[in-house]
Amino acid sequence: MNIEISKFTKKDFTPDGEVKWCSGCGDFSILAQAQKVLAETGRSPDEFAFISGIGCSSRFPYYVNSYGYHTIHGRALAVATGTKTFNPDLSVWVAMGDGDGLSIGGNHFLHAVRKNVDLVCILMDNRIYGLTKGQFSPTTDKGQVTKTSPYGTLESPVDPVSLTLGIGGSFVARATDRNPKEMQRIFKAAYEHKGFSLVHVLQNCVIFNDDCFNRETGSEKLDNTLQLVQGEPMIFGKENDKAIVRDGFSPKVVNKADVDPSEILVHDENADDPGLALFLSSMNKPELPTPLGIFRKVSQGTYDEDTHLQLKEITAKKGKGDLQTLLNSGDTWKVG
Amino acid sequence: MNQIANPNIETTELEKVVIRFAGDSGDGMQLTGNQFTGTAANDGNDVVTLPDFPSEIRAPAGTISGVSGFQVQFGNQKVNTPGDFPDVLIAMNPAALKNNVKDVTRDGLIIVDMDSFNEKSIAKAKYETDPLSPESLMHKKVIKAPITSQTLKALEGFDKMTKKEKERCKNFFTLGVLYWLYDRKIDYTEHWVNRKFAKKPHLAEANIKVLKEGMIFAQNSGLFQSRYKIPQAPLPAGTYRSLTGNEATGLGLLAAAERAGLKLFLGSYPITPATEILQELAQHKNFGAITLQAEDEIAGICTALGAAYGGAFACTTTSGPGLALKSEAMGLAVITELPLVIVNVQRGGPSTGLPTKTEQADLLQAMYGRNGESPIPILAAKSPADCFYQAFEAGRIALKYMTPVILLTDGYLGNGSEAFRIPDVNELPDLTVKFRTDPENYLPYKRDPKTLAREWVRPGTPGLAHRLGGLEKDALTGCVSHDPDNHNHMVRTRAAKVDGIVNDIPELEIFGDKDGGEVLIVGWGSTYGQIRNKVNKYRKEGKSVSQAHFTHIFPFPKNTLEVFKKFKHVVVAEINLGQLNKLLRSTYIIDTISLTKIQGKPFTENEIEVVVDDLLK
Repeated sequence: MNIEISKFTKKDFTPDGEVKWCSGCGDFSILAQAQKVLAETGRSPDEFAFISGIGCSSRFPYYVNSYGYHTIHGRALAVATGTKTFNPDLSVWVAMGDGDGLSIGGNHFLHAVRKNVDLVCILMDNRIYGLTKGQFSPTTDKGQVTKTSPYGTLESPVDPVSLTLGIGGSFVARATDRNPKEMQRIFKAAYEHKGFSLVHVLQNCVIFNDDCFNRETGSEKLDNTLQLVQGEPMIFGKENDKAIVRDGFSPKVVNKADVDPSEILVHDENADDPGLALFLSSMNKPELPTPLGIFRKVSQGTYDEDTHLQLKEITAKKGKGDLQTLLNSGDTWKVG
Repeated sequence: MNQIANPNIETTELEKVVIRFAGDSGDGMQLTGNQFTGTAANDGNDVVTLPDFPSEIRAPAGTISGVSGFQVQFGNQKVNTPGDFPDVLIAMNPAALKNNVKDVTRDGLIIVDMDSFNEKSIAKAKYETDPLSPESLMHKKVIKAPITSQTLKALEGFDKMTKKEKERCKNFFTLGVLYWLYDRKIDYTEHWVNRKFAKKPHLAEANIKVLKEGMIFAQNSGLFQSRYKIPQAPLPAGTYRSLTGNEATGLGLLAAAERAGLKLFLGSYPITPATEILQELAQHKNFGAITLQAEDEIAGICTALGAAYGGAFACTTTSGPGLALKSEAMGLAVITELPLVIVNVQRGGPSTGLPTKTEQADLLQAMYGRNGESPIPILAAKSPADCFYQAFEAGRIALKYMTPVILLTDGYLGNGSEAFRIPDVNELPDLTVKFRTDPENYLPYKRDPKTLAREWVRPGTPGLAHRLGGLEKDALTGCVSHDPDNHNHMVRTRAAKVDGIVNDIPELEIFGDKDGGEVLIVGWGSTYGQIRNKVNKYRKEGKSVSQAHFTHIFPFPKNTLEVFKKFKHVVVAEINLGQLNKLLRSTYIIDTISLTKIQGKPFTENEIEVVVDDLLK
């Protein structure tokens, strides 16, 4: 991808018509960063398809000037798997929310990741059902009061990054809606990655779950987040004075000054073994900073590419199919 | 073997015969039946078959629930069905006898493997009296053949084989007995065995030896007083092969893709009794056909719809419970107006119901099982071979009208087989599809004035980027629209598009009294053969009974009411509680008589008679 040679701008990816999200919604920024990255790919809007399910974030395809398919609740990844498998040259992006992707669509999520279908999957996680006006979702904090949990939820939330890594995700990243530059970096990397790319975006819902990511995006964000940088030691904090070390099988925050630098973990997003990425994804507790950036980026065969490789191999071996010959195969007999 | 002369044995000519093979799931009854069928077809008989599987894969040997069956009817004319009641029953053990003896015709022939009728297996079959006593088998001719021991004897000297392997050949001994009894040549089976065991020649030799010994045994045992000959049937000239309905459906879909110049995409999830379509199509990758075994039924249709969006000839295959799961996505196919063939191989319901048994009880589900006004054309295949043509027709309608189409077959058709006259591919209709490529003045929902179909655009086409979706769309631009008049227009237009297909489908034909008469028996789908045979019988007796059979159910052919009005009585026969009958009565406000059966089995001729005889009085 090269900014200089692209003849497209963000405008080319912006269709006519108004965007109907609530004022202040985190989705606006996600849309804008996606459009910027799309323009920078140098590919025309006709070479992209945006596919979504149901929910606020699933209106995304209507707001991108490209091919788009707004499908049904939870099924975007299944539809996109069909589109991508049939048309491997198309760059297929999926927009989904936490309810759409991980609750009603949880099964398809598991299998699209496992099959490593070459899709960019933007999971806009606001930890609430927005379009149905404020019910808890599978990522809502345990105990949170919502319209359908007036006395607090009873269930533990799922962490999308841990989940995706646990089922073999080949590209897993996390960004916040408040950091446009980092979001662009991650979208670019996701676009360039061959395989299923999960971009987990912490997205604020101003109406039903405002400030739910205050910890990661508010004034204390530097103390509460760990920016993952390839090949760099895991150091964070307003004063850059804290570090992550290994304590048995668990991560632990220490004062940088208190440990030997060799004890500080160094990030390697390309590690074939998902151990480090999973270790980092387990940092979803209040006493640990939330890691942001690319957890894992490894190259694996993709379902769509392998499908066509197999078609080619079999065709080379058996010869191009001829319908008449096929119909006449097996045990036949003549009458008359 | 034909040259063996035995003056004591006479040869009788018959028009048609029904044989049922029954044994343990592991006894090879399906294989034996298929070999017999192939040989009969090769000799020029018309053949129709039906396997009867237990829903357990290998229930405990020797028990009733482990009995697997295979029935074939062969004759010197179109036989149309696998037959109601077997003239001959092969029972490889007491359980197989117990399970099937009640169906055998009066004075029918039963051949049992004597060696398996020991105390233990008789008890396993829960017989309280001697299963082979004359009282147990009144009005039957019973041949007690020592099949297992004769098989072992025939294979003495085959030292490479274990006793178990030798015993496994006993089905070929049985086959040999039948080949002798029906004056068959062994070429077809010999050829098959040599191919099957090309890498294990000793097994090929053993099976053929046992087959021949079966023939010699039948000839010399003195158990048979006569043998039978069934002359060739006057079938249309051509090259034939035997196909099950599921194989035919798969090939019909592939043929439609080829004739449309498209690649086939099948998104599917395994379900009895539809799985064989997926298995069939998974073999044909050298046609560029993609088969995606999805994580569930919903993903099956959704991947297919995603591929249809991408420009594929897309299909999904399932059975009733799966169709229920696909409902929402079918609605999406309706509103986004994409071509998609949905095959439902019906089975007994509701819920899991009778997975391995047949039923026609998903018609109303196909018709109405979606939210909103969501019309989908419905077709139904009338015989195993017809599955090929109806799958092709479903593809034609889907592509021409940019609509999902439901094809209903059922377990009886899917697993049953018949002789399929192989068509000349170039004589199949040309389904060539034209994608829109011109970016000038493109409007996603602008329609062809004749078919009302919108244009199909492959994503990736320059200058035509647009958005589709499940929200109601503006009648031209395809932008989301909540306008009341637009919704009214779109709902009515989608309905009119499907209704308009009526001008593009064959009229309802009358078999029998073309100008009208006493009784018209109306059916749809797999009941065709039973009704045809019964109508043929009535007509031979000079009775005014005719048949009209639907393959196109929604929309109904345009002359439907005209046909019905020609008859004094219209009987609607179906394997459910009267679903087509409801549709016909509500569409045409006419009086019809509903004839239903719901036992997981097809009609028998007697069951049709019960209602029709009364009307003829």
